[in-house]
Amino acid sequence: MNKVTKLLGHMKCGEKGTIISVGSGPMREDAPEKEGLTERLLEMGLVEGSRVEILHEAPISGDPIAVSVRGALVGLRRDEADFVEVLEDAEQ
Amino acid sequence: MNAPLVALTGNPNCGKTALFNALTGSRQKVANYPGVTVERREGIAITPKGHTLKLLDLPGTYSLDPKSPDEEIALEVLLNKRADVEAPAVLVAVADATNLERCLNFVLEIRALGRPVILALNMMDLAENRGIELDLNVMARELLIPVVPTIAVRKEGTATLLDKVEEALARVKPAEPVQILWHRPSPDELRARFTEVDRIMKLSTKSKGRAAEWTRRIDDLVLHPWFGHVILLTIMAIMFQAVFAWAEPFMDLIEGGVESFGLLATNVLPEGPVQSLVVDGIIAGVGSVLVFLPQILILFLFILVLEDSGYMARAAFLMDRSMGKVGLHGRAFIPLLSSFACAIPGIMATRTIANRRDRLATIFIAPLMTCSARLPVYALLIAAFIPNTTVFGFFGLQGLVLLGLYLMGIAFALIVAWILKKTSLKGPAPSFMMELPTYKRPSFRNIGFGLWERTKIFLRRAGKYILITSMVLWGLASFPKAPENATEPAIQYSFAGKIGGAIEPVLRPLGFDWRIATGLIPGFAAREVMVSSLATVFAVESEDEGEVERSLVEKLQTAWPLPTALALLVWYVFSPQCLATFAVTKRETNSWLWTTANFLTLLVMAYVFAMLTYQVGTALMA
Repeated sequence: MNKVTKLLGHMKCGEKGTIISVGSGPMREDAPEKEGLTERLLEMGLVEGSRVEILHEAPISGDPIAVSVRGALVGLRRDEADFVEVLEDAEQ
Repeated sequence: MNAPLVALTGNPNCGKTALFNALTGSRQKVANYPGVTVERREGIAITPKGHTLKLLDLPGTYSLDPKSPDEEIALEVLLNKRADVEAPAVLVAVADATNLERCLNFVLEIRALGRPVILALNMMDLAENRGIELDLNVMARELLIPVVPTIAVRKEGTATLLDKVEEALARVKPAEPVQILWHRPSPDELRARFTEVDRIMKLSTKSKGRAAEWTRRIDDLVLHPWFGHVILLTIMAIMFQAVFAWAEPFMDLIEGGVESFGLLATNVLPEGPVQSLVVDGIIAGVGSVLVFLPQILILFLFILVLEDSGYMARAAFLMDRSMGKVGLHGRAFIPLLSSFACAIPGIMATRTIANRRDRLATIFIAPLMTCSARLPVYALLIAAFIPNTTVFGFFGLQGLVLLGLYLMGIAFALIVAWILKKTSLKGPAPSFMMELPTYKRPSFRNIGFGLWERTKIFLRRAGKYILITSMVLWGLASFPKAPENATEPAIQYSFAGKIGGAIEPVLRPLGFDWRIATGLIPGFAAREVMVSSLATVFAVESEDEGEVERSLVEKLQTAWPLPTALALLVWYVFSPQCLATFAVTKRETNSWLWTTANFLTLLVMAYVFAMLTYQVGTALMA
């Protein structure tokens, strides 16, 4: 078992894991205004302990991504998703 | 009688408005909150015991911490901060039973306000289909509020819900004003609320059921790396084809009705100015616009179905990158798509965009989206000047030209947005985050309500502006009468002819004659008036010439060369109309400078591009 920590915005389609931090992980330099983003992510159900899976990517650029979390599908840009740190499930 | 007020609140996409429709039926009205353009949906519900309740459908919100002007209204009503809305006595929190975790998070926030709350667990049928089993007694016990299962689209559970509301009302003591306590939750409080949600969910869930398999499968197609765009483009192409193809029989029907009504009026009324006013002014003018009701309804039908089914959010998802390239938010796609119906609700829908710079840019380009009021003008000119042939074996040339006009508006909208975001509205990229709701079969009932709402608005417009302008135009086109020794058609001597003649020199480089010039002025009040004013002017003109009755289309074909028609089409892609749009722009942006700049930019674009079209067209045809 080799578990890896990743930023949600750096995960690929089909990858899944458990959220370990929101709003405190390392962020990309060109991240959008942080103002209220942590709260918004939490409201949408992206909370520590929630299971996440990347279900879809937008065409061509692969950005934004559609993340399955707490029974809902949330679309967000990769730079926003980088506010979320995920412990990725080990590959079989 | 002073009925108590009950407010419906909940996350977007939880079926709140469907439940509101089920509870109130036709006893509802839509207005705006004073000073802002957020829709205020209010209605009357009768409880099983026969009492009357006032119902208020609040804008959907994910939390009480407002991120957009829409959510701010919901917060203000819930916190009793609005002078124009009385304090709701009972709150009904609507939750989607298939997406309960996030909904419950909001319910907990609402519950903390200290007012009686009832949870309406909506879409129970869909939850059952997915094998989700909930113990509602346990849920009610843990949440400390009544829980009522509902299926809004089938009107199930509404009687029980109203009973529970009444029970809650009986417990409210009006003598004691409720202390509303709320503060912006910190991230840790938000986390703690989800811990509480997890605890309640764990206790009350008997079976978790399956994930929304269908939604995932559809999304695999709809959000497919390249197929997704093909689907989006196909849907839009079908939409515009349908506007022409499906509407035709209904339009023929209305046209026939208007015609026989005109004949009837001709026979009943004695010959003279009154007959002319009724037949050439009112019936010709209002009738020529009424004919386009089927096309407008079909356009709205598509938009409502796309919204109700959940596809619209996918379109925003697909478009986010392209919109992002010109500095816009993917979410701007929805207001812009609504602007195809009418720029006014489109501009209002920008209230879901939190960032002010993005909102301003979206409002600025919304009038470039071809609204349905332009459709009558396009439809008339295309029918008159574009041959009805088929290309590629399937697409009609007329439909393709229409699509082309729409695409032209979109292309220039993107260019303008890009320039704006590079210059006066420079700033960091906005956040996109939005929910992609599970796909649902659209409800006939809700779509019916939506279409009825549009029909009423359209007919009110036809009754108000178009009736009045038709009468005024008839007067201007009929008086003063031509002198005895007249050599020109009588209308040339009328006020309309003189006004049109006065503006004509300015519009001559565009190939516009005095008839178009006459129609453009009232066109600022409502775009589609152009059609009725042409109908009126041509009707008066042909009557004077003793011409045999011909359709407006035939008259146009002989009156204008092709470049003039094309230039008029292009003018309509850009021209700053109608005035109501700019009134809303002023109200939403709260800036005269911004509104004036918007108006002038569009006017210059319309003039320049129409002139180019006419000059190049004339040169090519020479």
